[in-house]
Amino acid sequence: MITELGHFALILAALVAIVQGIVPLIGAHNRWPGWMAVAEPAAGIQFLLTMFSFLALTYAFVVSDFSLRLVTLNSHSDKPMIYKISGVWGNHEGSMLLWVLILTIFGATLAWFGGNLPPTLRARALAVQAWVAVAFFGFILFTSNPFLRLSSPPFDGEGLNPLLQDVGLALPPPFLYLGYVGLSMAFSFAVAALIEGRVDAAWARWVRPWTLAAWIFLTIGIALGSWWAYYELGWGGFWFWDPVENASFMPWLLAAALLHSAVVVEKREALKSWTILLAILAFGFSLIGTFIVRSGVITSVHAFAKDPERGVFILMILFVFMGGALMLFAARASVMEAKGIFSMVSRESVLVLNNILLAVACFVVFVGTIWPLVSEIFFTRKLSVGPPFFNMAFTPFMVALGVVLPVGAMLPWKRANLARVARPLIPAFVLAVALAGLVWAMQTEKSLLGPVGLFLGAWLVFGAITDILSRTGRGTFGKRFERLRRLPRADWGKLMAHAGFGVTIFGIAGLTAWEMEDIRVAYKGEPYTVGAYEFTLNDVRAVQGPNFMSTMADVTVRKNGKFVADVHPEKRVYPVSSMPTTEAAIDYRFMRDVYVVIGDPQSDGGFTMRTYIKPLTNWIWLGCTLMSLGGLLSLSDRRFRVAAGARKAPAGGVPAE
Amino acid sequence: MKRLILILMLVAAPVLAVQPDEVLEDPALEERARELSKDLRCLVCRNESIDESNAELARELRILVRERLVAGDSNDEAMSYIVDRYGEYVLLRPQTSGSNLLLWLAGPVMLLLALLASLFYLRGRAKAPVAVEQKLSAEEEARLKDILDD
Repeated sequence: MITELGHFALILAALVAIVQGIVPLIGAHNRWPGWMAVAEPAAGIQFLLTMFSFLALTYAFVVSDFSLRLVTLNSHSDKPMIYKISGVWGNHEGSMLLWVLILTIFGATLAWFGGNLPPTLRARALAVQAWVAVAFFGFILFTSNPFLRLSSPPFDGEGLNPLLQDVGLALPPPFLYLGYVGLSMAFSFAVAALIEGRVDAAWARWVRPWTLAAWIFLTIGIALGSWWAYYELGWGGFWFWDPVENASFMPWLLAAALLHSAVVVEKREALKSWTILLAILAFGFSLIGTFIVRSGVITSVHAFAKDPERGVFILMILFVFMGGALMLFAARASVMEAKGIFSMVSRESVLVLNNILLAVACFVVFVGTIWPLVSEIFFTRKLSVGPPFFNMAFTPFMVALGVVLPVGAMLPWKRANLARVARPLIPAFVLAVALAGLVWAMQTEKSLLGPVGLFLGAWLVFGAITDILSRTGRGTFGKRFERLRRLPRADWGKLMAHAGFGVTIFGIAGLTAWEMEDIRVAYKGEPYTVGAYEFTLNDVRAVQGPNFMSTMADVTVRKNGKFVADVHPEKRVYPVSSMPTTEAAIDYRFMRDVYVVIGDPQSDGGFTMRTYIKPLTNWIWLGCTLMSLGGLLSLSDRRFRVAAGARKAPAGGVPAE
Repeated sequence: MKRLILILMLVAAPVLAVQPDEVLEDPALEERARELSKDLRCLVCRNESIDESNAELARELRILVRERLVAGDSNDEAMSYIVDRYGEYVLLRPQTSGSNLLLWLAGPVMLLLALLASLFYLRGRAKAPVAVEQKLSAEEEARLKDILDD
């Protein structure tokens, strides 16, 4: 019964979305307040109905209602509760329902808190948002309906891929979807502005927090996904340039570009049409990402459902929305005249460079991702594009970005003097070079990768610190500290995000340059050394888990004879799907990870062991955390709250910004 | 004979990426083998190199790479030996010939175009006449007053 209600609610939500897509648009065109006002309750109702529908599906998973096809295929009564719940979006149909739920949440948020937006802009943005929702409601109802029943329900479900029974895999999809869908807000605002024919600083102030939020969610989602791959796939890689990873990475790159160009629109009223175009493209890449993940036209290590027919549907959605938006852009972009004037050396032009580097980097990832497809269709060459290509073609863009960033971040608006800006950065530069030189002297192999990466990372971190210190001006230490305390949160956000970028580069460089690997047959009680560490395999035993059988090893790690940790690498077999998985044992530390994997028993009583020392690995995710926190800080800056009208400014006057 | 033993060992059990018994005695050769392995695709896997894959076919390829290197092939010779047998699909680093030039040049060409376009734009911005300030609408005036009074 609840299932049918959920199904019905979903259909109703789709109908409400259609109304919301038409009436406010006509209202905005004719300036009829009543018609425009339809958008608000419609967005709220749409959200409540979709929420109900989602909860109904979750309920079916929680009580293991195997009369539902989806539950039978993706759940099992023996599964721990948390994975029953994450199973709701661990499959195609449920994840699309989550997608559209998040879409309606954002729509409702705009309806409820967008009070001070110009009414026509708000009505139009909500209408565009509703059209996106209609497309996905249609997609769910016609090609991926989660509420289909089975005529003869089985006694138990068919389980979930054991690889999927993992917190690291249950969490990223919701975050990535929050990110993808957050970009739909930027898209809706962009299209609404094109219809409206007006883009100004207020518009940018509205788009920026949505983009920022989307970017934060994408950062978290990508970081979680890469961390999952690191500890689960068993050889400790963190990024594979896998299509599914690229699918989330491309919108991330464009969202990062959009964040920066929206600043230019907000502060200087320039780059308007480019920012609109970016907002459209960023959402386009979210759709492409969804298409790649959902259609299975390109294979991936991250397991997901695949179905070419659904792929075609998403491709149609993509063409309609991108085609429509880009045509509108072509027709109306000339209306957005720029106002700001700036010289070649200025914050504006550096942000243009930032946008070029990010957008072209995204383009490279895109071409690499679809090239196997293009090449097979048009040139009948069946080939692969793998990490070696991406590392080579993509990395230079990030290096260039890292080199320019600290200088660019300090350039003043309008007109700048490079020499004057560069002077305070000299200490940061010298420190970074010294660090790189030290590392170069210390490392045994004479490879450039490590020192260069470390230089970049250090340059970014020290540069970000120099930037914020320069904001305090001159004066005594106490005065400067006082000014530092009073800097707007956006400045602190900038510091953290830029430093976080540096920390991530630091981690990647450390891991790639100085990882140590050891592959051998280990015997019980016979220690072996890898780098400075000594490993002893004490015992291997069979362990019964809640829904798996495990072969677990006891390994003691020592350094210079001193005990470091006991680790327990495992090999598991899940009877439900009889699939073996390896569970690496990782001793996480700040400066390095020790990563141990156990393999097969050998005829002479030994076990295959793979042991890695991975320096600075956790810095990769530390950097991502810093970037997300920086984004959050910036999001909480008061200028967005004032602009959003969510809160009245405190009594006692508003300081000019 | 050596090949036969290797194949017999491989049938025994599911395996795990690079195995201790595959590792070559000569560290320099082994290093080269690992480098080449990273550029070769495991044909039955989803987007994994043979260096990372647990599949038996990947193991076979790893052994083949090592055999070629032991036989005295250069890196290029070993790679083309494998491409001749398994096709271009096996390469994770696409060749830089023919239509693939489009792939390799896409990034640099796009960057160049973008830089040129932005150069024109920036020159335009630097010389543009000062735009006429737009007057605020009555509604916006009221709102501004509201904010300033607050």
